[in-house]
Amino acid sequence: MRPFSRFNHVLHRLPVHLALLIMCLLWILPTLGLFVTSFRSREAVRASGWWTILRQEQQPGQAEYETYCASCHGLRGNALAEADLSDPAVVEKYPRANRLLPVLKQEINGTPHLSNPVLPEDPKEALDTLTPIVAYLQTLSGQSTQVTRLTLRNYADALVGYKGTQDYLTDCEQGTASILAKFRCDASDLLNPEGMGRAFINTLIVAIPSTILPVFFASLAAYAFAWMDFKGRQWLFAILVGLQIVPLQMTLVPIARLYVSLGMADTFLGIWLFHTGFGLPYAIYLMRNFIGALPREMFESAHIDGANHWLVFLRLVLPLSLPAIASLGIFQFLWVWNDFLVAKIFLATHPVLTVQVTNLIDPRGGNWHILTGAAFLSFIIPMIVFFAFQRYFVRGLLAGSVKG
Amino acid sequence: MLPTNIKRQGRLVPWLYLAPALVIMLIFIVFPIFNTISLSLKDKTSTRSAEASCVAGEPCWGALENYRYALTNPEMTQALRNNARWLMLMVPGTVIVGLLFALLADQVRYESLAKSIIFMPMAISFVGAGIIWRFVYHIESGGGEQIGILNALLVQLGASPVAFLSNPAINNYALMIVGVWLWAGFCMTVLSAAIKGLPTEVLEAARVDGANGWQLFWRVMLPMIAPTLLVVTTTMVINVLKIFDIVFVMTGGNFGTEVIANRMFKLIVTDTGRSMAIAVLLIVLTIPLVLFNMYRFRLQEVEE
Repeated sequence: MRPFSRFNHVLHRLPVHLALLIMCLLWILPTLGLFVTSFRSREAVRASGWWTILRQEQQPGQAEYETYCASCHGLRGNALAEADLSDPAVVEKYPRANRLLPVLKQEINGTPHLSNPVLPEDPKEALDTLTPIVAYLQTLSGQSTQVTRLTLRNYADALVGYKGTQDYLTDCEQGTASILAKFRCDASDLLNPEGMGRAFINTLIVAIPSTILPVFFASLAAYAFAWMDFKGRQWLFAILVGLQIVPLQMTLVPIARLYVSLGMADTFLGIWLFHTGFGLPYAIYLMRNFIGALPREMFESAHIDGANHWLVFLRLVLPLSLPAIASLGIFQFLWVWNDFLVAKIFLATHPVLTVQVTNLIDPRGGNWHILTGAAFLSFIIPMIVFFAFQRYFVRGLLAGSVKG
Repeated sequence: MLPTNIKRQGRLVPWLYLAPALVIMLIFIVFPIFNTISLSLKDKTSTRSAEASCVAGEPCWGALENYRYALTNPEMTQALRNNARWLMLMVPGTVIVGLLFALLADQVRYESLAKSIIFMPMAISFVGAGIIWRFVYHIESGGGEQIGILNALLVQLGASPVAFLSNPAINNYALMIVGVWLWAGFCMTVLSAAIKGLPTEVLEAARVDGANGWQLFWRVMLPMIAPTLLVVTTTMVINVLKIFDIVFVMTGGNFGTEVIANRMFKLIVTDTGRSMAIAVLLIVLTIPLVLFNMYRFRLQEVEE
């Protein structure tokens, strides 16, 4: 009876599995749509939904070929050995419809070449029917390449910030005048201020110091709060941690004006300091809890050995706090990386990824192929960080959920 | 309890360690709070009192004129109403979906995989999420084929396509769905940790006493995770009050989807006084919740 009870068990759990499966699908579908679309050509994106990518796409002329020719020549064109349409040497003889038409008018062994169905009587109509067939024959015989289904060109367009009517690489190959005015068609285009390539670099320049500075300053302060004695220690800590409640919106305008008067508007230094200031309250709170929980004996023996505070901080506290630093650092890094509001206000002339993506939005939805690629470029780092350090990320997020 | 120090140090030493953090926080948090409040009492020019923007014969709150705008202007009342709608629908939405998923995933072997799928939206930016969902909601108004998956589905079922983002009857709900998609993973993670932390003996005992799954959930589990549920809910309320990026990217606050934070952003340059009054309103609304949350967090830490 064992197999049956096992089966019953699975059957009993079936609704659970089904519900989970449906929810996971629903959650992944929107992102998947964006991802697939970012690899489709502009024409394909406009013509059909991204889910049709799995459907066998018809080549131009395939339908006409299948109507008139496939019954004898076969779907791949090689059914008749004496007239092998997959042979380039045969197809080469009929480069255009008007060269093909006379052949089809000839009778073969006393019967018409085309009987079921027959070609239209009117010569012009007949030629119109034959043109796509000629095109398809060239595809069949391998003379023309198939229409590519997936492309990386959208990513090239997004990286350089191309806004023309074709695509960046084609324009460069053809030497289109409008593109030469704006691009040089070499690697330096990656730094074009309107492109995602430049925005990626800007985001890195913003995010790395904006992560290191608050973590370092917070560790210093947390060490003092945890292992030094000074007047007002408790209440000062309470106030600093309490500053977590101040929402971002409260601080934007005063700081923006301060920067203007100091000549720091639109500088990286300005945004580093802003993110540092805003990240500190939570960072101090988290680091203080961790550093305060380190074993007391360790500090005692270090001091007996003659180490001073600075040495203890550098050689003992920082290395031992690595787990907390990792959680905090990942949380802060992603927060800064994904930030839009602060970058939009303090760094308008050096757009970061999130700001650059919004610059690419076309209200009529005419550039989905580029926009989807651009959005994905902005996801790459967060996705890597998320999947590589999921444990730390979740921990940091949970502890930081109070952050304003 | 703060641990006492190991070794007496010079009076100055602690302040050397504290100085960088203190100075930066003073400039970037403490000073702006007072500055923002004082700006909220000024008019557009930031030099005259807000009273200067009063129009004779119309209601005026004197120096608090910007607050009159923030509380009574039609644009703002719409924003406040929308935020209230978000609160009523999106907060329960995320918490229930998160709880449901935490409970379901707890029973299967591929738990961590399923959970990372739900949690993944939290790793990407709100702007990115906005783009993802603009594409889902896309409507092809010309004769072309629908390339947004929802409208394609509608057409396939024989219905006519819907302008999800510009139709005022539904666009707010369309945005809230994005919010649920984004935040459900957060709720799930916190609640899942709480469920895993439940003492197995209690659950076993209830099972032995003949409780079925349903009773187990309502009578035993739910009361035990209630404190966590409360923290998650208040956190979501704070997030929803400050909701901005999603609306900014998807509708720009047009077509009746305005929210408080977006209103504030729009006015930052054109009318700083009003914008700052809205910022103060926002902090007044969120502070009690944040304080409550911090209090709960401390409490939990003490219990642990």
